[in-house]
Amino acid sequence: MTGTASLQFGLMLATVLFLLGLIGVLMRRNLIFVLMSLEIMFNAAGLAFVVAGQRWQQADGQIMFLFILAVTGSEVALGLALALAARHHFGTLDTDLISRMRG
Amino acid sequence: MTILLHLSAAIAVVSTILVITRLNAVHALLYLVVSLLAVAVVFFLLGAPFVAALEVIIYAGAIMVLFVFVVMMFNLGSEIVDHERLIFQGPIWVLPGLLALLLLLELAYLILVPATANFGVAMIGPRQVGIRLFSVYGLAVELASFVLLSGLVGAYHIGRRYRAVPEERGR
Amino acid sequence: MASPLYLIPLLPLAASLLLGLAGSRLPRVVVAIIGVGATAASFVLTAWAGSHFLSGSLQGQTQVLYRWLSLGELQPSIAFYLDPLSLVMCAVVTFVGALILLYSAQFMAEDDGYARFFCFMNLFVGSMLTLVLADNLLLLYLGWEGVGLCSYLLIGFWYRERRNVTAAFKAFLITRVGDTALLIGLLLIFTQLGTLQIQELMQRASLQWPVGSSLAVAAAALLLGGAVGKSAQLPLQTWLPDAMAGPTPVSALIHAATMVTAGVYLIARMHVVFELAPIVQWLVALVGAATLLLAACSALTQWDLKRVLAYSTMSQVGYMLLALGVGAWSAAIFHLFTHAFFKSLLFLSGGVVIQGLEEEHNILKMGGLRRDFPLAFWTFLIGAASLSAIPWVTAGFFSKDAILNAAYGSNVGFWLAGLIGALLTSVYAFRMVFLVFFGERRLEPRRRQGLVTAVPLVVLATLAVVAGYLNLPHGGTGAFTALLRGSFLSTASAAPGEGGAAASLQVLPIIATLAGLAIAALLYLRQPRWAENLGTAPAIRVLHRFWFVGWGFDWLYSRLFVRPWVYLARLNRADFVDAFYTGLAAVTIALHRLLSLSQTGRVRSYALAAAVGTLVLLAVVVLR
Repeated sequence: MTGTASLQFGLMLATVLFLLGLIGVLMRRNLIFVLMSLEIMFNAAGLAFVVAGQRWQQADGQIMFLFILAVTGSEVALGLALALAARHHFGTLDTDLISRMRG
Repeated sequence: MTILLHLSAAIAVVSTILVITRLNAVHALLYLVVSLLAVAVVFFLLGAPFVAALEVIIYAGAIMVLFVFVVMMFNLGSEIVDHERLIFQGPIWVLPGLLALLLLLELAYLILVPATANFGVAMIGPRQVGIRLFSVYGLAVELASFVLLSGLVGAYHIGRRYRAVPEERGR
Repeated sequence: MASPLYLIPLLPLAASLLLGLAGSRLPRVVVAIIGVGATAASFVLTAWAGSHFLSGSLQGQTQVLYRWLSLGELQPSIAFYLDPLSLVMCAVVTFVGALILLYSAQFMAEDDGYARFFCFMNLFVGSMLTLVLADNLLLLYLGWEGVGLCSYLLIGFWYRERRNVTAAFKAFLITRVGDTALLIGLLLIFTQLGTLQIQELMQRASLQWPVGSSLAVAAAALLLGGAVGKSAQLPLQTWLPDAMAGPTPVSALIHAATMVTAGVYLIARMHVVFELAPIVQWLVALVGAATLLLAACSALTQWDLKRVLAYSTMSQVGYMLLALGVGAWSAAIFHLFTHAFFKSLLFLSGGVVIQGLEEEHNILKMGGLRRDFPLAFWTFLIGAASLSAIPWVTAGFFSKDAILNAAYGSNVGFWLAGLIGALLTSVYAFRMVFLVFFGERRLEPRRRQGLVTAVPLVVLATLAVVAGYLNLPHGGTGAFTALLRGSFLSTASAAPGEGGAAASLQVLPIIATLAGLAIAALLYLRQPRWAENLGTAPAIRVLHRFWFVGWGFDWLYSRLFVRPWVYLARLNRADFVDAFYTGLAAVTIALHRLLSLSQTGRVRSYALAAAVGTLVLLAVVVLR
């Protein structure tokens, strides 16, 4: 809670986590995993906000993270409900197979 | 303090890598929880105890737990494993990896090239956050409640059929 | 006096609108009352306006309703101009129109389209009155187009038969050629003289255009083109015989008494322009002379009663053009006046016979009907006599005589043509009379005409006799001519050639007429064998055939215009212009297909696309 920190360090950390989440979204076919990777990305974005807020000594960064949390929460709830509906409807959670909106 | 910072950062990264490479959903979720906890430590070390607490309580403690509940309740863990074993193999990570690498390089350039000095860490506690939240961002608070309400209603409506016993299709 | 002037065209137009919207819902009696009453009321107004006019000065008066367009220099109004010429034309149109409509009230009584008929007829009368009363050329053109439209609607009145529709279409197309010429003439006049107001432009023309200048020639030639189309003169005459496909009252009104005379009116109205282009005026006379001969020859050979009358109309309008061409303006209008009466009389009484024989048109099948249709016989006879210009007792004599006198004063060739034409006219007119009403009775009449149809016949017959007396010399010149002087003031010679022929030569037309009557009597009454024998000679047969098909113009136009056009249209069946548009559509569809390949429906590919997009955007930022 004291000492110095580097803005660049924080932002790089956020970037790495974000890109890992992106790899997860692009790589995984299962819907649950996709949702999970999205969570990682959200979290990384929130980290970036907080770091910036601390850099400029304003509470806005933390407030932004709070809102991200609210959005993520409802998104997860809905996403999981939809995943269940998808599994019931299509019999699978493979996003490559759930492609009825093609063409 | 910087050592702790670096250490938590490393833990976060490693466990995130593990998250995206697991076959079993539950395993992945647990690793994700670890990652979130590490990030909470980072928050705390940067002087934002409020969000550190929120990260643990809400993100790791509610949202991830919801994930775990759903996965376990519908036995998705085991069925996913078999499926994933089939498809999650080989050069599937080449393209995403490449893409991510390029993006990393670009972002690294954008972040590291402009030289900035380190900043002194000072704590911004819940009190300050609260004051600012309810004065300047009062409207946003209301909007956030809208979002939560919509999530609530939507999840309830969509998920109504799929109770604990999936075969039962009552109203 | 000026205030009810606009009602004269307005009443029939309003009646037309009313009948068009609600006619089918009204009882027939009401339809007839509205239909006939509107035109009759217009006649009453015309008479009233006329009486006021005559008691005052004989100069023209204008009534402006409102400004129609306002485009820079072009400022035409809806304005009506009353002068002797338009007064006479209005009187003819409304009077003859009212009588014909009265006739049709009973004649068309059994037709399904009763209300539609009266609607179109009133629209026609209204348009013709607009044309005649128009103060400026644009309003005249409106009326011109209106009568063309109504002609189409009425020729094709029984639209369920393809033949009628084709005839209507042919009429419309051919007059359209003339209309286009007229429009170009209008534009030429406007760009050169800066106004379309008739009196105004004639003044400017006489100031700006020297006699014989190319502009005047061009304008006059274009106006002539328009007149030729509407009046069915050479070379746009082929539509008139086929236009007999319409009901008889239609033929009477449009093609005998009014519409075909619109061209004559146009030339008379724009006389200053024609006087400024003597070559074109000579051309007018030439066209008139040629058409009158051509049509008279063709009339000799027809077996359809209405077609004889159609060619006869063509021929008589040729006389009118001949008169205009030699500068005898009042003589032309006088002949128009008398022709309206006797020609419509011929159509109406012929219509009685045709309807009585259940739509039999072939005069060769008729005969000896004078006891079965007494009224029709006498009225037809009077009409034919007037047509042939039987001396002194018919109106036609006086008007034709005036024309021939004027023609002699100008060019002997034209006079000769007129003389021969008179002979031929007499022959074919009495040929009709003798073949239909004399000889052996071959067909049984089924019906008689009613009282309502009888009235117009009697009235017209009376006029066909007495109307000529209107122009009896009265202190030097005829009363009619004196009246029309007011319209032709700007001309140097308001009535040239009157009395131009020596007295002895004035006897020749009389001889021609009577000779024609004698020939017809000989061939068709006394010695029909002679006619048959004459008809079997091969030379005569060729001539007969040639004249029967109207001197081959239909054949010529078919080869010259219709077939090449149809051939070209067939070549372009896969329309190359259309291909451009369908090509556009095809390209769009192809692009669409190409792009829809990117819609895989898979989340991962979309996410990939988003990631690549981000990559590119950041690259742009980084590399800047």
